[in-house]
Amino acid sequence: MDRVPILKIGEILLVSIQIDMEDQVALQLQEDLADRIVATGTHGVVIDISALDIVDSFVGRTLATIASISRVLDAETVVVGMRPAVAITLVELGLQLPGIRTALNVELGIELLDREHLGEPDQEDVVIEP
Amino acid sequence: MSDEADVIEVRSDQDVVRVRQLVRTTAVGAKLSLVDQTKLVTAASELARNTLVYGGGGTVEVVRVANDVRHGIRIVFADRGPGIADLELAFTDGYTTGSGLGLGLSGARRLVDEFEIDTAPGRGTSITVTKWCR
Repeated sequence: MDRVPILKIGEILLVSIQIDMEDQVALQLQEDLADRIVATGTHGVVIDISALDIVDSFVGRTLATIASISRVLDAETVVVGMRPAVAITLVELGLQLPGIRTALNVELGIELLDREHLGEPDQEDVVIEP
Repeated sequence: MSDEADVIEVRSDQDVVRVRQLVRTTAVGAKLSLVDQTKLVTAASELARNTLVYGGGGTVEVVRVANDVRHGIRIVFADRGPGIADLELAFTDGYTTGSGLGLGLSGARRLVDEFEIDTAPGRGTSITVTKWCR
């Protein structure tokens, strides 16, 4: 069975889905990602779906579940790179992606995470020179 | 047009992926627009998964069709599973007897131009969908 690789880039985890996933592969990704979030202590996950030419209800639900699991583990998930035709189809299919943040591409997704979660909390650690 | 039908036996997750790929290739060949390709492949994915999960496996037949004015793609999903007792309920968004989202049937119907279902308890289910080129 194929596995979707999870890359650690700086403070975030990047998942780039490059294959047409069997349902089992999607479920495996869910587990692998939860493990990696805990192992790395990351606060941000970016899932790049720009290579997917469809997102059906199963994959959509998997993305929503991943976002929920991440949140429980103190990490935000941003799904990036959805193709326009996929977005149109998802809406017509009736699939809502509750709790999923989106951005147009990986760069904007990382920016979003930086702004919201990673950039600010360190403020109290800043040592003010006398 | 009298194209031969391609038939895929659906018995595993992997076969659902093969259905998606076959439908995609056929849709590209029929020159469906990108959005229509995407809609048809998504509908096929939902219905092929239903064939597998609820029908206990079956067949998916993909064929290019044409009449005097237009051409398109027709897909038949057939299984010998338990059938569907209450169609109205089965087509309700969010209703499921399994662990899914309950969008497969109702969602797939919205994504195609024609949708026919033939089912009865104990007699299996056969769903025929057609997408026409615009």
